[in-house]
Amino acid sequence: MLNVGQLNEGFVLDHIEAGKSMQIYDNLGLGKLDCQVAIIKNARSNKMGKKDIIKIEGGLDLVDLDVLGFIDHNITVNIIKNGEIVEKKRLSLPKRITNVIKCKNPRCITSIEQELDHVFTLTDEDNQVYRCLYCEEKYIKQ
Amino acid sequence: MKHLLNPLDLSVEETDRLLNLADSIAADPAKYSHCCTGKKLATLFYEPSTRTRLSFEAAMINLGGSVLGFSSANSSSASKGESVSDTIRVISCYADICAMRHPKEGAPMVAASKSRIPVINAGDGGHQHPTQTLTDLMTIRSLRGSLGNLTIGLCGDLKFGRTVHSLINSLIRYDNVKFVLISPKELRVPDYIRDDVLDANHIEYKEVEKLEDVMPELDILYMTRVQRERFFNEDEYLRMKNFYILDAEKMQLAKPDMYVLHPLPRVNEISVDVDDDPRAAYFKQVQNGVYVRMALILTLLGIDTSNL
Repeated sequence: MLNVGQLNEGFVLDHIEAGKSMQIYDNLGLGKLDCQVAIIKNARSNKMGKKDIIKIEGGLDLVDLDVLGFIDHNITVNIIKNGEIVEKKRLSLPKRITNVIKCKNPRCITSIEQELDHVFTLTDEDNQVYRCLYCEEKYIKQ
Repeated sequence: MKHLLNPLDLSVEETDRLLNLADSIAADPAKYSHCCTGKKLATLFYEPSTRTRLSFEAAMINLGGSVLGFSSANSSSASKGESVSDTIRVISCYADICAMRHPKEGAPMVAASKSRIPVINAGDGGHQHPTQTLTDLMTIRSLRGSLGNLTIGLCGDLKFGRTVHSLINSLIRYDNVKFVLISPKELRVPDYIRDDVLDANHIEYKEVEKLEDVMPELDILYMTRVQRERFFNEDEYLRMKNFYILDAEKMQLAKPDMYVLHPLPRVNEISVDVDDDPRAAYFKQVQNGVYVRMALILTLLGIDTSNL
C-alpha cells in the first residue's frame, strides 16, 4: 500500500467506499482545518476491493461523528496515539442530523425561513429513513 | 409547556381525558363560561380559514376569555418579512395561548420552539390539523359510545386530505377498527399511510372504488371534498369532483345507525337531501368542534375544572 507519512497523534477514517472521500472531506469541513489531512483514493482492500482513506492529525473533536455516521456508518475510525492504533470506533446512524441534508418539500417552513436549521430525525432504522423535523418529508438514504 | 402540534402528541389516555371534558362542556356549557376570564387567545392565521378561526374564537369567548389576532398574512408583520420565531416571541407578551394556521408545514412547530405560551396547530399546509381530528373523534365517540369496534369508510380525496391521514393515525390506536378506503385510483391514500401506518400496524383495510358496494357494512362514513387547488388540470378536477355524490338513494343502502361525517366545507359530494336524515352528523361535528377546542384551551392553560 502507498505509505503517506506515519500519523503520530490523530485518527484515520478507514473503509470509506471508493470515490466518497471528497464528499466526506467537504461534509466534515476538513478544508477549514489547519492540521495535516491526507486523502488516499482507491487504496487496495481485501474486504472491499478498493477503498478510500482519510488521515487527520489531531483530536477526534475536530470532526462530527454523527455526520460521518450519516454519510456511511460502515466507516471505521481508528484512533492513533504515539503512532499506534489505540481504539477502533464503530459508527451508527445518528438519531438526528442538523444541516447535513436539506428539506426539498416546497411547502416546508424551511423553504421560506432561511435562518432555520434543516433538522432530520431517524424514523425507521431498518430502512434508513429520515424525516424532516418540521414537515415530516421523507428522506431515504441511498 | 404543552403544545398541540400533531394529534399524536396526545396519548390515548390524554385524548380520552380531553374528550371527557369536551363531553362535560357539551352537557352544560354555561358551567364553564367564566373559566378563562382575564385570559387571551391569539389567533394567528397566516392564511384565511373563517370556519376554524371562528370556532377557536367562539370557544374562547364561551369560556369568558377574549381574543386578538390577524386573519391573513397580509395583515400581519409577516408581510414586512418578520419570521414566525420573532412573531411568536412578540405574541407571547400579549396573549396566554395561541392558535396558528400557516400555509407552510411545520410553522407551528417552529413557533412552539420559541414560544412562552401554548401553541395550538390550527392547520399547517397539507400536514396536520389536530383540532379537526379531535372534533372527528369526539363526534364518533358521542354517536357510538366508543372509538373501538367499528368499520369506518373514508370516501373521496384520500390522497391530499390531511384530515383523513390524521384520523387514520389516531383511530389505529383503538381496538378492532377496520378501514374501507373509497376513492378513485388517482386519489388513493399515499404509500406512507398504506405501508407505514396500516400495513406496519397490521390494520384490517380494503381499497375500493364504488361507494354503493360497501355502504351496508359501514358504521361511519367520512366524506371528503375534492380540492380544486390540488389539481393542475381543470378537466381532471371536474371528473374527480363528481366521482362520489352521496344522496338519499345511496343512504337507503346504509345501516340505520350508520352516521355520515364531513370536515366541511362541502361542495356537491353530499346532496342537500341527506341533510335532514338523522344519520347526517356533519353539522353536529361543527358544534363539537367548539366544545373540543374549549376543552383543549382549558387543558393547555392548566385550568382546574374539577370543582365546577
